[in-house]
Amino acid sequence: MAFGGQEVVKGVDIELHAGEVHAIVGENGAGKSTVAKLIAGVHQPTAGEIRLNGKAVHLENPRQAIHLGIALIHQEPLTFPDLDVAENIFVGHQPIRNPLSGIDWNSMRRSAKAILDELGVSIDPKARVSDLSVADQQMVELACALSHDAKVLLMDETTASLTPKEVAELFGIVRRLKSQGKAIAFVSHHLDEIFEIADRITVMRDGEKVGELIPSQTTIDELIRLMVGRSVDASVKTHQTVIDAPPLLKVENLTRTGQFRNVSFEVRPGEIVGLAGLVGAGRTEVCRTIFGIDQPSSGSIQIDGKKISVRKPTDAMELGVAFVPEDRQHEGLLMPMSIEHNATLAILSKLAKFGWVDRKRENKLAREFAEKLQTAFRNVSQPVRELSGGNQQKIVLAKWLLTEPRLLILDEPTRGVDVGAKDEVHRLILQLVDQGLALLVVSSDLPELLALCDRVIVMHEGSVIQELNRDEATPERVMQAATGQVTSAKGGPI
Amino acid sequence: MKWFARRETVPTILVLLAFIAGAIESPYFLDFHYLLDSSSLYVETGLLALGMTLVIVSGQIDLSVASTMALTACTAAKLLALGWPTPVALLTTAIVGILLGSINGLLISGLKLPSFVVTLGTMAAYRGAAQVMLGAQSQKIPTNLSGIDFVRTLGTPIPLPLTILVVMAILVGLVLHRTVLGRWIYAVGTNNRASLYSGIPTAKVTVWVFAISGGLAAMAGTLIDSRLGVARFDHARGLEVDVITAVVLGGTAISGGSGSILGSMLALLLVALIRIGMGLANVTAEYQLAVVGTLLVITVIVGNLSEKIANSRSRRSPLAPSPTLTPSQEPHP
Amino acid sequence: MKHREIRTLALLLIVIVGAALRAPRFIEATSINSILLWAPLLIVVGMGQMLVIVTRGIDVSVGSMVGLSAMASGMFLRSHPNTPLVWGVAVALLVGAALGAINASVIAYGRVPAIIATLGSLSAYRGLIFILSHGVQVDSNDLPDSLSRWSSEGPIHLGGVTVPWLLVAALGIAALAAWFVRRTRTGRDIFSLGSHPEAARLRGIPVTRITFLVYAITGALCGLAGLMYASRFGFVNPGTAGQGLELIVIAAVVIGGVNVTGGSGSVVGVLLGCFLLGVINVALSVLGIDATWQQLVYGSVILIAVILDTLARRSAMRTSGAI
Repeated sequence: MAFGGQEVVKGVDIELHAGEVHAIVGENGAGKSTVAKLIAGVHQPTAGEIRLNGKAVHLENPRQAIHLGIALIHQEPLTFPDLDVAENIFVGHQPIRNPLSGIDWNSMRRSAKAILDELGVSIDPKARVSDLSVADQQMVELACALSHDAKVLLMDETTASLTPKEVAELFGIVRRLKSQGKAIAFVSHHLDEIFEIADRITVMRDGEKVGELIPSQTTIDELIRLMVGRSVDASVKTHQTVIDAPPLLKVENLTRTGQFRNVSFEVRPGEIVGLAGLVGAGRTEVCRTIFGIDQPSSGSIQIDGKKISVRKPTDAMELGVAFVPEDRQHEGLLMPMSIEHNATLAILSKLAKFGWVDRKRENKLAREFAEKLQTAFRNVSQPVRELSGGNQQKIVLAKWLLTEPRLLILDEPTRGVDVGAKDEVHRLILQLVDQGLALLVVSSDLPELLALCDRVIVMHEGSVIQELNRDEATPERVMQAATGQVTSAKGGPI
Repeated sequence: MKWFARRETVPTILVLLAFIAGAIESPYFLDFHYLLDSSSLYVETGLLALGMTLVIVSGQIDLSVASTMALTACTAAKLLALGWPTPVALLTTAIVGILLGSINGLLISGLKLPSFVVTLGTMAAYRGAAQVMLGAQSQKIPTNLSGIDFVRTLGTPIPLPLTILVVMAILVGLVLHRTVLGRWIYAVGTNNRASLYSGIPTAKVTVWVFAISGGLAAMAGTLIDSRLGVARFDHARGLEVDVITAVVLGGTAISGGSGSILGSMLALLLVALIRIGMGLANVTAEYQLAVVGTLLVITVIVGNLSEKIANSRSRRSPLAPSPTLTPSQEPHP
Repeated sequence: MKHREIRTLALLLIVIVGAALRAPRFIEATSINSILLWAPLLIVVGMGQMLVIVTRGIDVSVGSMVGLSAMASGMFLRSHPNTPLVWGVAVALLVGAALGAINASVIAYGRVPAIIATLGSLSAYRGLIFILSHGVQVDSNDLPDSLSRWSSEGPIHLGGVTVPWLLVAALGIAALAAWFVRRTRTGRDIFSLGSHPEAARLRGIPVTRITFLVYAITGALCGLAGLMYASRFGFVNPGTAGQGLELIVIAAVVIGGVNVTGGSGSVVGVLLGCFLLGVINVALSVLGIDATWQQLVYGSVILIAVILDTLARRSAMRTSGAI
């Protein structure tokens, strides 16, 4: 399986048995979700095959998969907000008694009620789905799968946006479905959940299957070791330890309802602070709030000891904050526009007199920075979409370095970047911190994070669960904290 | 081969073809003075097309331009009839146009409504306001202000309106291609989210674009007052179709993010030539409208097809989003 | 009834009571008759426009389609004076469906934004009317009496008030539409598509075919409305037949509670919206407010309806705590 020339998962063998919960675990980006989507017909494999009851099947689209009894439950429920619960369950196969009276709404609602009852949830079949919680919407999706009499259920990070109580309810349902003889694949990186529910565990790393375990015969520590796997990348050099400066950024009890709560930490000039955690832990959301894209519900952000209010990105930029987002294609760059125009986008008004762009200076600056970052390009008027991932990332970095930031926030700075360019990005980060910048780095690449950062702040389900210094931060300890295996360092258990 | 890839190439070729066809059709067609005299008829369309280019490049659409033009035309005539001094009346008219445009912009960016719905509403509302102001009456323009199309530019045979259009085209072209605002317009039309993340005040850009469109419509409104000597509420009815056709024909992508003033002006020339040619061939106005409407739809289809071909060449990754139904709409919250 | 329908009903009552208090003439038979003759056209076209807007689209060419169908069927009846009226209906439906299918192909297969495609055909179809008719109007004596009886006669007479056959037909269409959107899978697919296009695609709903269908249906309904137009006015003028109808219909549909961002709307709401616009139209003239106010009113109705809907949705989201 390859996306855009890059292989995402390769050579994965996996067996799902009736009456068994099979967990697929791995770090962020290990390829777990892709495996689920391949089985559900959302993506098509470039090599290999899927066999159902021993017969090879070719799935063109999710619809075919559903008809064969394979259903995927998404992390973000794919429901129709304007339609009611019963209809969401029966979309495309509403019961019709005779053509004249058409869809039999009463019987549809009764059937919906029956399925929901069987799941043991009390959702009104007449309720509009937009009024339901995420957990209930997932139940509706699950009910939809059962209405198709699905034999294989693929649950992709279904617990990520649920509360502990909701997770417990979901597990009750999963056990019941298991006892009814369904084959269930459970994609997750919450290890305690996996030990609670799974009968078999497939561990994935970098798109490959690295092991298959039985929970009763293994330990969480062994699982973590398998997931982390790699030794720390020796090529990443560390930088000199921090000078004892007052913090540049201080975040206190920052909360955004539904995303993260009571997050507190500091970043000093000349220091790299890492934010570790699993997908959905709230790391990106914290960064977005510091940069003014989202507004906090409560708590404070201080820069240079002064409390600030950032209502929009320009406010943050004026205070010297820069943010390199995770999604380069949709948030970082304007893909059809040129290298030059992308690089100068954030400083355009400074390059202008009375609104008039100084194109010579613009061209010079763009070229200078692109070359300084060793970007490979033909000329600066080349559209950025023609560049490789690594070179694109350098243009994003150039854009923000041109603003001369004091605090640089990097969200997954090396995702989708080839090894060589990754090295260069690391070197650049170290160079910047030596120049006295404060850096806040979000990364799911643990070795990278541990090699770069002076301190690692680990988030779990929207809260800071542990803060580790460089010498304390081992991959195992970070992963333990990220999966909720430690009690919170601050403020007790969540 | 680079010239081939340029957006302006197709309209240029079509303009040349139209000249040849027109010349074969009618001996009057190549009469330079006749063409120059006819130009005044299209100057108002041209001014609206300048604003529309900015609007469409920014990823929106403005269906209310012709109505804004009519309302400002009536405003100007009314103010002059009330005895306001000419400069004050014209300045007020310009401000009214800018305000009408800003209302569009504020509703679209503030309420996150699709622009075609908002401007469809203001299209009717502004035209209706003009009708309420003047009723079915024609409001005469003072004679010293009428007949601008007979005024020549500084001893040349070029009619003054044409000069005004050229000057405005250069000005708007400079704004779009040389200023911060212009760059922001492209950025917002290319990708609103990435623009926001780069610190671009996206909502402000939208308001600006519609305000400029409204201001240019006011200018067109005063020109049509002078040219026809009267203001009526039904001035420029249906003109938005010509305007959008010219802009799209000029290579501006209907989904936003690309386009140029030069392309729009070339396409305007093409639309004008087709209409002049049809006029010489005694083709009725309604039939002309049908041709222009068909041209609009065909242009967009051809544009989509060529984009598809270009995309299939550059082999998009399978993760690329599938085309949405209508580009101006956001997914549900 | 949902709260949006109740809102439309309340507005309808307010306008009726307000107009009646200001001008008692408003509740006399002549006014009521003209409302009952106004609404059918809006209802028939409005049912199609509702389906289109539910899929997040728009069709601004409906006025031209009504005009062209009216002209085509009128000319057919003129040249075949003794033919049964049913053939006139067939011609009108066929012409409308063909025009709608052209829009539909351009939008569903040509992937042209609906507003651009139908703006183009708004002009193109109007031009076609002139080409077809050579600019000559179809007069009342060209049309069979049986056609005009659709408007002048009806099953129910009460005081001077006649419920015309036109309204009966329109309500029949509305009932059919209600059955279609509530009782058929295709009808439901229209709503799922508008509610979440990506989910619809993943659930295997034939998105392109549904998109085609809604514009084609709208065309066919406009065809029928064209013949109703000829019956109601007794003549078909190439310039004015159906002209500007799109605004009134879109106003009726959005005030009737159909969400312009797709996914929701109801036949009852649209019916109420159509009556509301009909009432407003007649009220304006009875109250002695000049016909010149109409455009402004239609435009304002569209704007106010979408602004109110957006604000209401926002506050609903805020109270439910969703972000």
